[in-house]
Amino acid sequence: MENTQPEGGENNRDLEVAPALISVHPTQDSVAVAVGSDLRVFDLRGNCAVTLVDETGEAFHKDSIRAIRYGANGKLFVSSGDDKLVKVWSTDSWRCIASVCSEKRVSAVAVSNDGLYVCFADKFGVVWVVDLHGLDGNETLVNKKASPLLAHYCSIITSLEFSPDGRFIVSADRDFKIRVTVFPKKPLDGAHEIQSFCLGHTEFRLIYVQLRGPFDRFVSRLAFLFTADYPQGFLVSGSGDSTVRLWDINPGTLLDTCEFGSKAGIVDYNGNEVSCSTVTDLCTIPGILLVSCDLSSQTFGAVKVISNMGDSFIPTSLGCSSTAELLWTITGVSKLHGYDHNSLTCVRVLSGFKKTIPDAAEPELTVLDDNEVPGAEKLLEKLQGSVTVEEEVFLAAAEAVKTSMCNLLIKKQYTTEKREFRKRGRNDKKTKK
Amino acid sequence: MLENEANPTFSKSTGLPRKRFYRARAHSNPLSDSHFPVPISPSHVDCSLHYPQFFSSSGEVGGIKKVQFADVGCGFGGLLISLSTLFPQTLMIGMELRDKVTEYVRERILALRTTNPGQYQNVSVVRTNSMKYIPNYFEKGQLTKMFFLFPDPHFKEKNHRRRVISPHLLDEYAYVLEVGGIIYTITDVEELGDWMKSCLDNHPMFEALTEEELEADPAVKLLSTATEEGQKVARNEGQTFQAVYRRIAPSL
Repeated sequence: MENTQPEGGENNRDLEVAPALISVHPTQDSVAVAVGSDLRVFDLRGNCAVTLVDETGEAFHKDSIRAIRYGANGKLFVSSGDDKLVKVWSTDSWRCIASVCSEKRVSAVAVSNDGLYVCFADKFGVVWVVDLHGLDGNETLVNKKASPLLAHYCSIITSLEFSPDGRFIVSADRDFKIRVTVFPKKPLDGAHEIQSFCLGHTEFRLIYVQLRGPFDRFVSRLAFLFTADYPQGFLVSGSGDSTVRLWDINPGTLLDTCEFGSKAGIVDYNGNEVSCSTVTDLCTIPGILLVSCDLSSQTFGAVKVISNMGDSFIPTSLGCSSTAELLWTITGVSKLHGYDHNSLTCVRVLSGFKKTIPDAAEPELTVLDDNEVPGAEKLLEKLQGSVTVEEEVFLAAAEAVKTSMCNLLIKKQYTTEKREFRKRGRNDKKTKK
Repeated sequence: MLENEANPTFSKSTGLPRKRFYRARAHSNPLSDSHFPVPISPSHVDCSLHYPQFFSSSGEVGGIKKVQFADVGCGFGGLLISLSTLFPQTLMIGMELRDKVTEYVRERILALRTTNPGQYQNVSVVRTNSMKYIPNYFEKGQLTKMFFLFPDPHFKEKNHRRRVISPHLLDEYAYVLEVGGIIYTITDVEELGDWMKSCLDNHPMFEALTEEELEADPAVKLLSTATEEGQKVARNEGQTFQAVYRRIAPSL
């Protein structure tokens, strides 16, 4: 049609925007935001912005960050993404203590509960493990090698999670598969023993007005719910089939399914614990859905839509600490076309998850004002780049967020000509390095 | 008038489908997106469709039978047909990615069931990509035997991830095989034979069968003789390379 068509691949890369990500320290010592290649951290303890120190050869990230995560004990922070670098940061000094090269772009990261291993998943469905033994935080390890741990057959891994007791590593892919693998004593030799597969997410076609392609079966996020009574935890998975499912990973049985209207494409969610029952918050295309989950009866309870955040606030990522008093939400994109701003992010914090009356049907949630947020303006300035966000820019960003989230939730559809072109340019022929 | 005439795709003398009407490509890309139905989970597989006689009068067999043998990449089904009479009480399934070939095997089994009443009721075939969907068909430890006969060699190094025996896929095969279950592989390509052997040798959940065990196993003899591919190799007096391993419990 147009002469520029053959370069479509590159153009698409230019137009592709990365949604903003947020992650909260397990004890709320700090909060991290990633937008594009930019990593921003705010120290909530010291109430100050953090300056990251990266002495590895290749400083900071060069391309969009796709996964950030604190370790369970809060000592480590890991960031990775399209630049194929996995960076491990010490949360004390905020120095980059290890930088690992991946062969492919990275789609998910996880830290083992003892903080000794970092796992990351690449676009080819392989999960890699990095040994952090002997890392004392003072020296920097460059070019540490990763070993393959397990693989989903050439399907992009969307989420990676350790079970609360650390015995299993759970991985979910774009072909609806959730695999529960025993995390071995010697992970560098690979994880070969599969505990179970959690199968049940299906293809579910959701048609958006602005989008013609079907949503593919796609497990988008995993989280574990656990309480003192159920230390082994239950797995919760959310998917583009607009269901959330509760699993017992040991035999891999489906305990309960929660279905939403046909509008929801689940983007992100977080499990957190509130007294004996548990609240799961989900971030979906229209907004945040709050699902309560009763672990004693192993069922999902009421669904609540958090609607008081404004129509155009479409969260791209959620975060909370292990005590889960606050739910941190973020919306934003790495690139905005036609505006002066290179990127836009907006952080909002919800409170009220702790039930004041144990028998209250559902928690009363409030969106904190900008000056009520921990760290207040200082925090917002660091994480958002500016304290206030112009309405017009915000609306444009909301549109971009919608498009980019939809793009993430579907498999790419190519026209015949484009497919032919891609075949010609493919690089899977043997190359001598 | 035409209705009375025999269907030309079936041989008049044997009643079996004729292969020339099911010509198929030799290769199929296992990485491409699949456009055929896949069961959501093993509990969604309807065995009564595959083995009607075993499931029609459920009281007869006693207990619910499960598929125990899987022939991955069954091709034209030679092995399945031989195994069917060797293990008449075991349910077995062939898995094949190529549509036309699957269709041929399906017709072949149906024809054999008609011409040999009471026989071949325990074999069936399904069109699927076993590299992607094996956990959708079988539960943990369900299978006692898995066969990988003359798989696509995929010589290029970049295409090694398309090989049906690979270190990561062996994890899934170990998951669906019971402890003590046996995996059979054979090829006429030495390079692939070495590859499959080394993959299995290096996997902590498989151990090689001894010479005596190989001698005693009736299925081993079928590896090089039962399949169409094997007969072709024998005709050309080619060499074959087999690797037969047992699923063991991992040492902790």
